[in-house]
Amino acid sequence: MKFAVIQFPGSCDDRDAVHAAGLVGEAELVWHGDRDLRGADAVVVPGGFSYGDYLRAGAIARFSPAMDAVIEFASAGGLVLGICNGFQVLCEAHLLPGALLVNANRRFTSRQVSLEVVRSGSPFTHGLHEGQRLSIPAKHSWGRYYADPLTLEQLEHNRQVLLRYSPGHNFNGSVADIAGVCNEAGNVFGLMPHPEHAVDELAGGSTDGLRIFESIRLAREGAVA
Amino acid sequence: MRARVLVRPKAGILDPQGEAVERALPALGFAGAANVHVGRLIELDVADPDQLGPMCEKLLANPLVEDYEVQLLDAPA
Repeated sequence: MKFAVIQFPGSCDDRDAVHAAGLVGEAELVWHGDRDLRGADAVVVPGGFSYGDYLRAGAIARFSPAMDAVIEFASAGGLVLGICNGFQVLCEAHLLPGALLVNANRRFTSRQVSLEVVRSGSPFTHGLHEGQRLSIPAKHSWGRYYADPLTLEQLEHNRQVLLRYSPGHNFNGSVADIAGVCNEAGNVFGLMPHPEHAVDELAGGSTDGLRIFESIRLAREGAVA
Repeated sequence: MRARVLVRPKAGILDPQGEAVERALPALGFAGAANVHVGRLIELDVADPDQLGPMCEKLLANPLVEDYEVQLLDAPA
């Protein structure tokens, strides 16, 4: 299976995403000005500071030619994973509900966080079990997930919350401890922590992040088989 | 036409920047400042002021979490 990793000016986790995706399949960078996703089976919108994050994080990247292709891909049911800045871009593009606001603690924070799997069996949590904990690094200033009460109710009702911060780990003040949400159709997923940084014991503190990429591969192969 | 767009965090949404400023003021001896909120100011020349609303909805503000207010000013400086 093949992943396309979108590269914006200001992306900084694009190469880690290529590395992580490359451990479970093929992976290729796609420049933001390019509308061709190279026949990829899944797309990763990576972390960083796309277009300098001017105005709001992800606000300008969302209108790039590559994102037009990603929106089209997602609308056709393609699997899209947004990490950190990628999550912000997907929210700005309205592929995911809600928005990311400045951390409640007002600080750029870089730390290992514990996440709890809320729903297994989605294309992004395939092979994980509910209640399972993942140890993954997070590093951001604008990671406080917000959705209005009505949207929140829908998210819970449709089981779109796939990951929550474990008790004591919601450092950014996200509503309902939400760390990762998917769209209603379940094919677009965004999270603030960085699974692509947790694919090597030595550098990432764990290899739990790899499970997300493996899940995408399993889901994709299941769909093809 | 010169225009000014004011963008504010929606009421009721935690505004950590506003809180930080609100706490800093008394520390500098300015007593009595309350309900401080920090937003964004965008000034621009526009050919067609009718486009300002759609500009705000699409790019200048995020209507999910921000309110915006458009002010029309004098001729371009």
